[in-house]
Amino acid sequence: MKFLDEYRHPAAVARLRQAIREVTTCPWVLMEVCGGQTHSIVRHGIDELLPPEVTLVHGPGCPVCVTPLELIDRAVAIAAQAGVIFCSFGDMLRVPGSRRDLAAVKAAGGDVRIVYSPLDCLAIAERNPDRSVVFFAVGFETTAPANATAVWQARRRGLTNFAVLVSHVLVPPAMEAILSSPVNRVQGFLAAGHVCSIMGTAEYGPLAERFRVPIVVTGFEPVDLLEGVLSCVKMLEAGQYGVENAYARVVRAEGNSHARQILEEVFEITDRKWRGIGTIPHSGFRLRPAYADFDAETRFAVASLAAEESKLCLSGLVLQGLKKPHECPAFGKECTPQTPLGATMVSAEGACAAYYHYGRLRGTAGVTPG
Amino acid sequence: MQLSDFENVTCPVPQADRDRVVLGHGSGGRLSAELLRRVFLPAFANETLSALEDQATVHLPGAQRLAFTTDSYVVRPVFFPGGDIGRLAVCGTVNDLAVGGARPMFLSAAFILEEGLPLADLQRIVGSMRAACAEADVTAVTGDTKVVDRGKCDAIFITTAGVGLVPDGVSLSIHNARPGDRVLVSGTLGDHGMAVMSAREGLEFETALESDVAPLAGLTQAMLDACPAIRCMRDPTRGGLASVLNELASASRVGVKLNEAAIPLRLEVRAACEMLGFDPLYVASEGRLIAIVPPGDADRLLGVMREHALGRGSAVIGDVVADHLGVVTLRTRVGGERVVPLLAGDQLPRIC
Amino acid sequence: MCLGIPGKVVTTYREHDLLMGRVDFGGVFKRVCLEHVPQIAPGDYALVHVGFALTRIDEAEANRLLELLAELGELEEVRAGGIDEVPR
Repeated sequence: MKFLDEYRHPAAVARLRQAIREVTTCPWVLMEVCGGQTHSIVRHGIDELLPPEVTLVHGPGCPVCVTPLELIDRAVAIAAQAGVIFCSFGDMLRVPGSRRDLAAVKAAGGDVRIVYSPLDCLAIAERNPDRSVVFFAVGFETTAPANATAVWQARRRGLTNFAVLVSHVLVPPAMEAILSSPVNRVQGFLAAGHVCSIMGTAEYGPLAERFRVPIVVTGFEPVDLLEGVLSCVKMLEAGQYGVENAYARVVRAEGNSHARQILEEVFEITDRKWRGIGTIPHSGFRLRPAYADFDAETRFAVASLAAEESKLCLSGLVLQGLKKPHECPAFGKECTPQTPLGATMVSAEGACAAYYHYGRLRGTAGVTPG
Repeated sequence: MQLSDFENVTCPVPQADRDRVVLGHGSGGRLSAELLRRVFLPAFANETLSALEDQATVHLPGAQRLAFTTDSYVVRPVFFPGGDIGRLAVCGTVNDLAVGGARPMFLSAAFILEEGLPLADLQRIVGSMRAACAEADVTAVTGDTKVVDRGKCDAIFITTAGVGLVPDGVSLSIHNARPGDRVLVSGTLGDHGMAVMSAREGLEFETALESDVAPLAGLTQAMLDACPAIRCMRDPTRGGLASVLNELASASRVGVKLNEAAIPLRLEVRAACEMLGFDPLYVASEGRLIAIVPPGDADRLLGVMREHALGRGSAVIGDVVADHLGVVTLRTRVGGERVVPLLAGDQLPRIC
Repeated sequence: MCLGIPGKVVTTYREHDLLMGRVDFGGVFKRVCLEHVPQIAPGDYALVHVGFALTRIDEAEANRLLELLAELGELEEVRAGGIDEVPR
């Protein structure tokens, strides 16, 4: 596959590994922001290719992990209603709510459907004029333009039986929250490459300046990730800070203005709650008043549904790299991948799930193999 | 058989719903195993069943050993590129017998039909079954049909049972693997699962990819003739290669190390998996087998497999080891290593 | 977040007044919305996420990176266009 296989080539990876080893003289803590990057690291086994001095902390960049519990409960409440066709990306189907998940709603007879693209929901709405089609609009800035386009199209095509349950979060405020924490130990960032393909790199300059950290726009394949690490470590070793782009084949400094136009049209910035972290101001999107009639929370009167996160869960500290998963008292006991208490165990990209998994092989996590 | 407690690291994890059947119970992963343990094994407990091989081998009076297996087929869509539910129902059961070293001989077929199913569809499916039986050299000798109200079953469900004879001296089992053994596969993996996915509503995509569904008794016979010391054979159906090897690692109390670069995958399967966020290691094949063989026999057996029409793409993909007992690992293309766990339920397409 | 993969635009067309394309991901073809990359043309590569093209892939930039890595001459086969998917 062109533009994919070349970035998984063993010789290229070996070359970069060597280069990183050569420039690293002291320990560094880096955070890769995006869950997709974490997935790639785990999938290719990239963690162990890095010199021991370089620690990768897995960031909160997974919309599955960070969707607040009450939003899952609202999704479940809507999906369970008669006459509703609830459409979602596959990732969200088995995220536990307070009592059950969307897959359980399906098992009980709810019409819950997996879609590949938000536009698919519009076709479903057209084919089922007497039913309500609700789409779970989840994601970072990468997915927001696609979701916005679906809403915009619904308006243009007069699809009044279509609604969206919005759970959009933004990356820079999350990074700022992490960097602002008095106990932050992340020294450099691998920024989310696909988020930047839309938003550009302008937002990261002020962050890099204010906190004096290197921020390297990074892709997702092994070569891209190691390129990102190399750039970041080089800057740290030289005492430099600022923004660099290590994913130039996809990311331009100005981003994608066409995509941002549709974002501007449909969404506005709002405060958002992040599971495991809490509310971060100005860290999400909501529908603009002009499109408020597409808001599922109002249409289905679920906006007042509230839920409480587990008090045992330390995922906020894990996300900031302040605690290791196996240092959490609930790890492996009350909290396992089957019975997750928080964000970082819910998703395979979450640090706790990754630790639970690798701990079996290396015997560190208190869960012995076999 | 003891199934280890493999943690699920698929994003995200199924809730343990205590009082209803969920789709994950049919995935071939951890939930399926739990259902067996909680509901079926206690009810039907006996030694043969509890060994949980793909087929049951029983002694008949007169010393012949009979292999006996059954499976239900509920695939959607019913007609998919490269085959249909009928062909699947014959090949699946034939293959469960064949991988146990049996020569498949007779099948039964029971149909549950939805009221309103076009007869032309039924004829097409039954025609596929006849052709598959001829290809597999088996005879469908008995069957049953029931019809249920419209909406009570999705078009058609088929249950087949098969019997075959196991020659003396043949004793394949997932308990037989030993450190040092090599893991062989008979061709590209995941063709069936992704071909079916390509036709599935909501996720459909355009491709020339076809299911690999095929009867394997001819191949298994050639393999056992050349190498009677084969430890075990399995077909990686639901749950894919990863599920089969996890079951083996657990049952034989060994570790398995796979080599990613050696695993044969069609470009279209890789591309479709990348697009939907699937891991090909968990995608079903219906015309492929995995074989665990003593190290000295591997190369010779590979040659024999490659000479057979259904084994042209055969390859050695890994080793059985004495490390990390019960765990399957993968050396990735770029030189890392990761665990390949048993999933709880089915893979779902992801955006993450 | 952000599973995005490269695909080659084969044809473009309009549907519901949106710019759409038929994109080839390696023998697997899918309908993709190209509304946010209006300059893209058949033959170009797009980075696709949830059925939408995020950007056009810049081949010159891609080559620049690969040339950097190929300095030792070990990567000739990479530049020739990718790895065999069925190992020998």
